[in-house]
Amino acid sequence: MDIIILSIAIIYMIFLYIIGYWSYKRSLKAPNFILEYFTASRELGGLVLALTTATAYLSAGSFIGGPGVAYRLGFGWVLLAMTQLPTMWLVLGVIGKKIAIVARKIKAVTLIDILRERYDNSKLVTAIGSLSILIFMIAAMTAQAIGGATLYEALTGLSYEIGLTLFFLTVIIYTTIGGYRAVAYTDLLQGAIMIIGSAFIVIFPIVSAGGLENIARKLSETNVGYVTPYGVGGGLNPSWVASFFVLVGIGVIALPYVSVKALTYKNTKALHDAIIIGTITSALMLLFMHLAGVLAAYYLPGLPRGDLAIPQLAIKTIPSVIAGLVLAAALSAILTTVDSQLILATSAIIKDLYLNYVGPSASERSTKILSFITTLIIGILTLVFSYRPPDLLVWLNLYAIGGLESAFLVPLTLGLFWRRGNRYGAITSMIAGLASYITLYRLYGPNMYNLHPVVYSILISLITYLIVSLLTPRPSEKVIQKFF
Amino acid sequence: MSIGDPRYKIARNEAIVLLILFVAYILWWYAFAYGLGSRNPSEYSYILGFPDWFFYSCVLSIIVFSAILFIIVKYYFKEVPLD
Repeated sequence: MDIIILSIAIIYMIFLYIIGYWSYKRSLKAPNFILEYFTASRELGGLVLALTTATAYLSAGSFIGGPGVAYRLGFGWVLLAMTQLPTMWLVLGVIGKKIAIVARKIKAVTLIDILRERYDNSKLVTAIGSLSILIFMIAAMTAQAIGGATLYEALTGLSYEIGLTLFFLTVIIYTTIGGYRAVAYTDLLQGAIMIIGSAFIVIFPIVSAGGLENIARKLSETNVGYVTPYGVGGGLNPSWVASFFVLVGIGVIALPYVSVKALTYKNTKALHDAIIIGTITSALMLLFMHLAGVLAAYYLPGLPRGDLAIPQLAIKTIPSVIAGLVLAAALSAILTTVDSQLILATSAIIKDLYLNYVGPSASERSTKILSFITTLIIGILTLVFSYRPPDLLVWLNLYAIGGLESAFLVPLTLGLFWRRGNRYGAITSMIAGLASYITLYRLYGPNMYNLHPVVYSILISLITYLIVSLLTPRPSEKVIQKFF
Repeated sequence: MSIGDPRYKIARNEAIVLLILFVAYILWWYAFAYGLGSRNPSEYSYILGFPDWFFYSCVLSIIVFSAILFIIVKYYFKEVPLD
């Protein structure tokens, strides 16, 4: 495509490398490497915390896939997207403060550290937890990479493979050398691009159509479903749509690459600011992007795939420099999710598995080298998978979000707020939640009797946790003292 | 029985308040979307270009709930030392 857009893409990547290098220099001065590499020494302020949390959560799904469905179904799907308004206040506000206090007491670096400590050093909780994180993160990153490469192809005109390699190597390198600090600060920059880009992609098309009402009325003449909450075809059932308050609302508390952010902020003022900033910025981005999907239905009816709606709308209705910014925003949505997932996958291997089981007394130097190598290898492995995604990963990705929620939501939140919960409850509820989610989703798909299957599997996990905990001994006094 | 860390009680109460706000938002969102939105679409009016049900459910709600959230966090949430 055009040279201007290509240069924007290059400048943008150079900035990411600079932040990666700056973070690396900072890490040399940090007193504790593990704490620096996985939590930026718990130094994040409110704005950085807000944007790294919001952008880790918002992904290709919010910037490409979701708007693509809104393109087909209209305002009813934007309504569904707005079940995510409370998501940031739930993730940061409900568990954020307690987790941060606990983390400092027990020197936790990962959520698995917290679960392990809470459940009396249960090896099984650690193993199930860290392995499911690792497996689901690789699957989720592969899916994001594929989305990113398709977009890069549209953005620069380079081939799928070249686009994929260029943009994915960028994330791998800045995350490898800069660790979590690079993740957080590149997220800040990219979050700003996402906010601006998502505003432009609604402003330009609305202004050139002479106002939103023109667009809405014209669409309702084509098909009245575009303007109803039931969507084109009338298939958006209210209770099914509302069940997304679980999948993309309260359930997000249990997505480790999002909620781990609560271990990384510096003081409660930062948390308080982030609750407000994160909620407002993510709500606006979600509203804008999904609304843009509806606008694309007006401008570009009959696209072969919904995924093309956002890139095509940008190219067709926005001057090319600004269109480049919009596409960079979508790419940023992907990179900011992948970097958080990548550093989390490394922490699962290094902190949760290696340091616990293999080398508890490993030296700082060898841990450091091993951390770099691990991030690099997971990143490159994901890149290789993305050229020709193995069926298993595609299959696993279907279950990644709901599966992690079904496994972690109950043991994490009840572990923090219910003192009677114990390790037996935790282990059984994790297995029951994950197994029931995969089974129900396979049997029913995303709609099981007008609710998303994640609602049932979290309920099963909850009942299992309560019953098994009450039937088995209380957690030790040591645990109670740390956690309550 | 341990005495308990007073900061945990603060964290728990704040969590409860935000869960109540979550439920309030669900009710608001649902009532406007399916209450207003179930009328015959020819009766919809348009506010700032949005179908009326959508405006109340998904646009006005951002302003209203951000404002409530702001007030809760500024006046109810307590700053505590983390260490």
